[in-house]
Amino acid sequence: MIAEAGLIALWLAFALALLQLTLAGFGLAGGKPELLGSVRPVAVAQGVLVGIAFALLITLFLRSDMSVALVVTNSHSMKPWLYKFAGTWGNHEGSMLLWVTVMGVAGAAVALFERALRRDTHMATLGGQAAISLGFYAFLLFSSNPFARVDPPAPDGQGLNPLLQDPGLAFHPPTLYLGYVGLSVAFSFAIGALLTRRVDAAFARAMRPWVLAAWVLLTLGITAGSYWAYYELGWGGWWFWDPVENASLMPWLAATALLHSVTVLATRDALRAWTVMLAVIAFSMSMVGTFLVRSGILTSVHAFAVDPERGTFILVLLGFYIGGALALFGWRVGAVREGAPFELVSRETMLVVNNLLLSVILGLVLIGTLYPLMTEAFGHKVSVGAPYFDRIAGPVALILMLVMAAGPLTRWRRDKLGLVARRLLVPGAIALLVAVVLATVAWGRIGVLPLLGLTVALSVGAASVAPLWKRNLRRTPLFTWGMVIAHLGCAVSLAGMACDSAFTVEKLAAVRVGDTVQAGDWKLRLLQISPIAGDNWTALQADMEAVRGGGRAVTLHPQSRFFASPATATTEAALLTRWNGQLYVVLGQEAEDGRWQLRIWWKPFVTLIWLGGVMIALGGALALVGRERRGWLLKWRGRALA
Amino acid sequence: MKRLLIWLPLAIFLGFFALFASGLLKPDDRVITSKLVGKTLPAFSLPAAASDRPGLASTELATGKPRLLNIFASWCLPCAAEAPQLMALAQQGVNIDAIAIRDARADVDRFLARYGNPYARIGLDARSNVQIALGSSGVPESFVIDGKGRIVYQHVGDIRADDVPMILQRLKDAQ
Amino acid sequence: MRMLAALIAMLLSAPVLAQSALPPAPYANRQISDPAQERKAKALMETIRCLTCQSQSIADSDASLAGDMRSQIRERIMAGEEPEHIRAWLIERYGDWVSYEPTADPILWPLWGAPVLLIGLGLLVLRGRIRRKRS
Repeated sequence: MIAEAGLIALWLAFALALLQLTLAGFGLAGGKPELLGSVRPVAVAQGVLVGIAFALLITLFLRSDMSVALVVTNSHSMKPWLYKFAGTWGNHEGSMLLWVTVMGVAGAAVALFERALRRDTHMATLGGQAAISLGFYAFLLFSSNPFARVDPPAPDGQGLNPLLQDPGLAFHPPTLYLGYVGLSVAFSFAIGALLTRRVDAAFARAMRPWVLAAWVLLTLGITAGSYWAYYELGWGGWWFWDPVENASLMPWLAATALLHSVTVLATRDALRAWTVMLAVIAFSMSMVGTFLVRSGILTSVHAFAVDPERGTFILVLLGFYIGGALALFGWRVGAVREGAPFELVSRETMLVVNNLLLSVILGLVLIGTLYPLMTEAFGHKVSVGAPYFDRIAGPVALILMLVMAAGPLTRWRRDKLGLVARRLLVPGAIALLVAVVLATVAWGRIGVLPLLGLTVALSVGAASVAPLWKRNLRRTPLFTWGMVIAHLGCAVSLAGMACDSAFTVEKLAAVRVGDTVQAGDWKLRLLQISPIAGDNWTALQADMEAVRGGGRAVTLHPQSRFFASPATATTEAALLTRWNGQLYVVLGQEAEDGRWQLRIWWKPFVTLIWLGGVMIALGGALALVGRERRGWLLKWRGRALA
Repeated sequence: MKRLLIWLPLAIFLGFFALFASGLLKPDDRVITSKLVGKTLPAFSLPAAASDRPGLASTELATGKPRLLNIFASWCLPCAAEAPQLMALAQQGVNIDAIAIRDARADVDRFLARYGNPYARIGLDARSNVQIALGSSGVPESFVIDGKGRIVYQHVGDIRADDVPMILQRLKDAQ
Repeated sequence: MRMLAALIAMLLSAPVLAQSALPPAPYANRQISDPAQERKAKALMETIRCLTCQSQSIADSDASLAGDMRSQIRERIMAGEEPEHIRAWLIERYGDWVSYEPTADPILWPLWGAPVLLIGLGLLVLRGRIRRKRS
């Protein structure tokens, strides 16, 4: 019954989305403005219904209902409940349902809470949101029904990829998804504004919270994904420039650019056409990312739910929405007036350069990721990987960081070059000092890029906090704090990356039980190897002891795990976190002579990479709260009076 | 100029769209073929991998008659699936030699006892050195070698029953 | 506990997706004692694509063939061979695909031209913007 109820809810939500689009369309263009009044309640009802459908699918997974095909192929009654829960979206159909659920709920939120926007733009936005949802509803209902039954019911499920049975990964895809869908709301706003020719500061202010929220979630999702790859793949790498990783990075780059341009539009009423363009690009990157992951046209470690038929469906949606939006852009943008002008030395220029550099990096990642596909069309197989991206995108990113340091120290509208330079004096001096010290100490031992990275990170870190200099910290607005923390986070993350590539110590060893091995300052001893069992796995676990200098011994337990359903082996690295770095130990195979393979890394300050990521997200969240709080307070007061 | 710039994003997008569509239309091709096809075999000399067959050297593959060089391993499941086809080829008079990858003599003996032995010579490539030198990316793979020791064809994956006539034709063409 | 031991014995006796009947090659998981040579070997391994699990470099792969390639690379570096010579040798066998480091093949020239093109395009857009501001 539950599955049928879910399917009915989904059909009803589909019908309501259709109604929502029709009402908005006739209301705006068909000369029946009286219809517009019903758009908002319909949007809310659609959000509620699709939410119910998703909740029912979760219920089916939690109850391990083996008469539902999706549960059979993706779950197992022996699985811990957390992974049953996460299994709901750990597959193609479930994740698509999550996608429309978030879109529906976001649409309901836009209908309920958006007050400042002009009514026609608001309704056009809701119509656009319904149009996008419709495509995904159709996808679900006609090609990927998550509620399909199997007859007779299966005795038990076929499990979930054990690599995915991990708390980090259970919540990494939905976080990215929420980010993608947040960008779809920004896209709907852009379509609404183009349709009603109202690209202005009010539109930017309405769109900004959605962009910020999407960006915060994308940042968290990428950070979590990177940490997951770091400890789960067992080779100490945290970013592989894999197509699927790039697919999550591209929307983030576009959202970062959009975040800054929307601020220019909201504050100074400039960059109108560009902001609309970026909103379209940001969402198209989300869809391209989804397409690349699902269609399997590129080889990837992460490829899951690969199916050319689904790929075709997503590609059709992609062509329809993005092609349509770009055509609308070409047709309507001529009617969008130029925004306010600005001087060469001004914060606006800095932000434009920021947007330019981010777009260049985005373009490079896109071209690099798709290049093998292009050459294959000519029958020539090539690989584009880390060496290309590091060497080409790395330097552009470093320049971007320098602009990021200078931007907040430059005034809006007009500033003097001399004054900006004076404000950058301290960070500049730090940069010079660091560069000289590093060059004398470590020249030839570390690469040029890590050396530059460390120098830039420390000076940019100093420059990021400079906007707080001589300010009353309690009076400083929350969004300024947000900006400072996010920028500082970028510097912190860069410092972590540079330290990891410059100073990591690697030790590969084959040891007997009782032997010691030295890795950097650490002395490790293999005490014993014993079998242990978990919920749905068994493992060989090494007990090891690690000592640094004269410190106390710490025990470590790296494992190699075996999952029964489906049969898979994984390595579970043991991580020992210290303030100045992480010790990373992996247990490998046993050799014939009874020695065990160990892979050991000491990675100084590597944790800064993800700490920086969390800081960036926190900064975004503070900016979001800071910007919105004023509006909320006003609304609340208004309601209290009434 | 500005008008052109406005339509540029749509043009670029259409380009990418065409690329994606062509990527979808093409069958999924993950096979990495050897670039040595058409060239002379690299020189090698391998010890015997089985108790009752001699080892294999590259010179023994240039005997004036085309030969089939099969890359296999006792631990590889598709290799067992391929065994009947190789037996059929051997019965039709095809000269088949083999290289066993990362294998142990006892395991190879057991494998041959169980699935049959179509090979004249079997070399043991314990560290995949010859496999890498051949540009082979996995097991099983088969190379058609002409009488002068040149690689004329590479078959990636197991030989299915309906591949047998094609392999025979390749061997005939190599004469 | 005994059942557990039996289960483990069973699991270990049937290795998941066997790729070898032998222990790994000598230098698959062992570093060269000379750190300078090891650095060279490591840098090369990080740019050679694994043939078994095609989206990782051989430096990050558990596949047996990747281990054998690592061992071969380390042995050849120890014998004094230059990394670029080994790369060229591998490309001769597997094609440009095997190198994550884009080669000098003409088909890859546009890839290196991309940054110049993109920055140029960006400046073009920016220039239009600034000129309008002056007028």
